[in-house]
Amino acid sequence: MNAMLPTRRQVLAGGGLLIGLMLPGRGAMGKVAATAPFRPNAFVRVGTDNLVTVIAKHIEFGQGPATGVATVIADELDADWGQIRVEFAPANDPLYKNNMFGTMGTGGSSAMKESWMQMRNAGASARAMLVEAAARRWGVPAGAISVSKGVVSAGARQATFGELAADAATLPMPEKPVLKTPDKFTLIGKPGHKIDSRMKTDGSAIFTMDVQRPGMVHSAIRRPPAFGGTPGKVVDAGARAIPGVIDVQPIATGVVVYAKDTWSAQRGVAALEVDWDLSKAETRSSEQMFASYAETARTPGRQAELSGDPAAALSGATRKIDATYYFPFLAHAPMETMDCVIEKNADGGVDAYMGAQFQVGDMRAICAVAGVPFEKSNLKQQYAGGSFGRRATPTMADSVEAASAAKAFGFKAPIKHVASREADITGGHYRPLTVHRVQAGLDAAGDIAAWDQVIVAQSFVAGTPMEQMGLRNGIDAALVEGAAHGDYGFAHHRVGQHIVPNGVPTLWWRSVGHTHTAFVKETLVDELLTMGGKDLVEGRLALLKEERAKGVLRRVAAMSSFGAAPAKGRAKGIAVHKSFDSYVAQVAEISVGADGLPKVHKVWCAVDCGLAINPDVVRAQMEGGIGFGLGHALYAEISLGEGGKVQQSNFDTYRSLRIGEMPEVDVAIIDSAEPPTGVGEPGVPPIAPAVANAWRKLTGKTVRRLPFAHGDNA
Amino acid sequence: MGWAGRNRERDVATEFVLNGKTTTFDGDPDTPLLWVLRDHIGLTGTKYGCGVAQCGACTVHLDGKNRRSCVTPVGIVSGQSVTTIEGVAGNTAEAVKAAWVNIDVPQCGFCQSGQVMSAIGLLTIEPHPSDDAIDAAMAGNICRCATYVRIKQAIKDAAGVAGGRA
Repeated sequence: MNAMLPTRRQVLAGGGLLIGLMLPGRGAMGKVAATAPFRPNAFVRVGTDNLVTVIAKHIEFGQGPATGVATVIADELDADWGQIRVEFAPANDPLYKNNMFGTMGTGGSSAMKESWMQMRNAGASARAMLVEAAARRWGVPAGAISVSKGVVSAGARQATFGELAADAATLPMPEKPVLKTPDKFTLIGKPGHKIDSRMKTDGSAIFTMDVQRPGMVHSAIRRPPAFGGTPGKVVDAGARAIPGVIDVQPIATGVVVYAKDTWSAQRGVAALEVDWDLSKAETRSSEQMFASYAETARTPGRQAELSGDPAAALSGATRKIDATYYFPFLAHAPMETMDCVIEKNADGGVDAYMGAQFQVGDMRAICAVAGVPFEKSNLKQQYAGGSFGRRATPTMADSVEAASAAKAFGFKAPIKHVASREADITGGHYRPLTVHRVQAGLDAAGDIAAWDQVIVAQSFVAGTPMEQMGLRNGIDAALVEGAAHGDYGFAHHRVGQHIVPNGVPTLWWRSVGHTHTAFVKETLVDELLTMGGKDLVEGRLALLKEERAKGVLRRVAAMSSFGAAPAKGRAKGIAVHKSFDSYVAQVAEISVGADGLPKVHKVWCAVDCGLAINPDVVRAQMEGGIGFGLGHALYAEISLGEGGKVQQSNFDTYRSLRIGEMPEVDVAIIDSAEPPTGVGEPGVPPIAPAVANAWRKLTGKTVRRLPFAHGDNA
Repeated sequence: MGWAGRNRERDVATEFVLNGKTTTFDGDPDTPLLWVLRDHIGLTGTKYGCGVAQCGACTVHLDGKNRRSCVTPVGIVSGQSVTTIEGVAGNTAEAVKAAWVNIDVPQCGFCQSGQVMSAIGLLTIEPHPSDDAIDAAMAGNICRCATYVRIKQAIKDAAGVAGGRA
C-alpha cells in the first residue's frame, strides 16, 4: 500500500500531532466509553472503575495494531496491562486519521509507524494529568509522585487511576508532555499477551458476520460470469420458491437475494436465472493477458529509474540473461468473507457494522448510496477475520454493494450482506496479473554489469479517488516498489513500467508490488551471482545499499549456517528484501516433496523493524507472512478461462497452505533504537524467492512463473 | 427468527442436545447445522468459511467427535449431542484453550474456534499425538493468517498439561 503514502517530508510537515488529539467537545465522543469521566484526548478514557479504555483508530484483522497502540499508551501512562481495554474508533478523520494517509485507514504496514509518537503523547499527557491531580490532592509537588502499574503514589499515599479520574478531568492538558526515555519502558519492547487472544480462542469475539440485529434480513449476491457484466433479465421464480427467500432485487453489481437466513439466501442465489449483459465485460483469459503483457514488456515503457547506461553496459556484457516472469492474479481469501450489516438509525442516518479498512471512506460511500448525511451515521467497527488488503478498495466497492443491497430492500430491515466463499473467490479485487522482463548481464569479472527491467500490469488506483496518492508522473508505486530504487546499487540500472488496461478489479495484496518485484530481484540476483562465481551472501552484501539490509542478511546467514553443506537431498536458498521501511532476510531449507513441489522444512528469518513494540507480535507476523507468502507461491492462482470466467471458486480449487505444509520458523529480531516500522507485510516478499533459489540449487530448475504448482514448472 | 417458520409440509421439528440442553429447530431439516447455530439460535462462535467442508472453521463436536457443521443437515443430528465452542468443557478443552491463549495463537481469529474444536477432538481420541498425527488431524482446518506454527505448539503444550484426561 505504499502507493498511497505521501513522502516522508510530507509526513514530517504534518507534525503538530497533538493538535489532532484535541477533542471538539464531549458530545462527539459520547458513544465511546461513555461512562469514563477522564477523557484527556481522543485515545484514552479512564473510568471510575479504574479501567483504561484505549481507542484504536486502526482496524484489527490480525496484525496486532490494537495490542500495539494499547501497549504504547499503557507504557507511557504506566498503567497495569490488566486494566487496559480497547475500543474501535468511530469514523472521524479530524480525530483518527492515519497520519500518513490523511484519512482513516489501515494498510501499508503503517499502523505503528504512523501513530507511534501520537500514542506516546496520548499516554504521557494522560499520565501527567493524573499526576497533577494527585499532586493537588495531596499538596505535594508533581516531581515527588511516581506511577507504576496503574497506581499513583507519593510516599505512603496511593491512589488508583480510577480514584483520580474525576479530578484529572478538570485539569488542562499539558502542552508538551514529557515522554519516557526508552530505558524506562515497562511494556514496549517486551513480550506481552495480545489484547484479544482469549476472546478469539473461546469464540466470544464478535466479527461482522456475527452481528445480529432485531428483524435482520440476510442477503447474498449473484455476480456476473465475467468482470464488468451487468444484470439484464432476471428470472427469479425458482429463487422465490425457496422457503425463507423474501425478495430478489437487481443492483449494479449483480442480483441480490434476501432471506430469513444465510443458507436460504445462498440457495436463492443458486436458483437465479440471469441474462447478463457482457458487452462491456473483460472477456480475455489469463493466458491471453500473459501473452499480451509479455509482448508489451519488449518495449521500454515509462522510466521509473535510470542510472548509468544499461543499454551500453548490456551490449558489452560477456554473459547475459533475458528472462520473462509471470505472476497470476491472486485472491486474498480472508477467512471472513466480505460482509456488512446496515440499518437506518433514529437520527436519520445509517449504522454500519463492519470491519472497515478505510473507515471514513467506507462510511461516506455507504451514506452516499443511502442518501443520508455522514454526520448522522455511525460506523460500528468490528473485528475483521483477515484482510491482507482485501478490505481496502479505492472505490469502496464492497461498502457500495452492501449499501446498494440495503437500499434495494428499501431499508425495511437491517440487512446483513455476506459474500459466499464462491462470491469471494470469483469476485475480483485480486493482486494484479503481472509480467516482468529483465535483461541482465555480467562483465568479464563476473560482476553484474547491467540490469534492464520492464514491469507490465494494470493500475488499481488509476481513475479512482486515490489516483493522486498512488500515481506520480505516470509511475504507479504499487507496480515498481521494490524494483525501482530498490535494495541493490547496480551501476547500470533501468526500470520501466507499462500500465495496461484490464477489466478485472484488482487491489493491494499483502506486500503489494513487493510480492513480484522481490521475487524477480532475488531470484535473478541469485542466478547472476551463481553464474559469476560469486558467494550468494558476500555478493549480495557488496551490492546492498543500506546497512540495515546487510544486517538482516548477515544475521540470517549466521543463524541458518547458510554456508554449511545441507543434508542429503536438501538445499537452502536465501533472499533479502526491504519493504515498508522494514528489512527482512530469510533462508529456506527444502527438499523435493512427494508431490514434486518444494517441501519447505525450515525457514530462518531476520527482521529489522526498528524498535519492536511487542517482539512476540513481530515474531507472529513473520511466521504468518512466511506461511501466507509460501502458500501462494507454491499453490495459488486465480486464472481466467475462456470468456474471462474465473476458474477457481472455493478452497478446493484455490489451494491454501495447510498445517502439514507449514515449515518450522526461527525468527531473530535485530535490536534497534530506530523508530518502529511495520511488520504485517514485510515477512511476505522474501519467502518465495528464498524457496525458488533453493529449488534451483536442488533441481537445476529456474522458476519464472508462479505458482510453483503451475504446469510450466513441472 | 422473525422470518422463520414452517414452510413445507415435510418440515418436522428436529430435536437435539446442544451444549447440554435439549433444543428444537422447526425449520427445514436440510438446513445445515452451521446456519441453525448461527442464524437461528444465535451461537456465532462457529464460523462460516467455505460451506463445502474445505476449511474447518465450522467444526463442532457431534457426540464428541469433530464434525463440519456446514455440510451437516440439521435433520441428521436429531437425537444426538452437539457441542460448540461456546459449550465445550472438560480438562482437555480447558488445556487446549489455555495453551492457545498462553502463546497467543490467534491473529485475525476467525478460524480459531474451528481450530480449537478440532484440536480438542484430536486430543480426546489421541492424548499425545505425534507431529504427523497433528498434521493429519488438523489438515482440514485452514488458517489464512498461517498461525500453524503456534497451533502445533499449542496442541503439544495442551497434550502435556491435559495428560490424556478427557
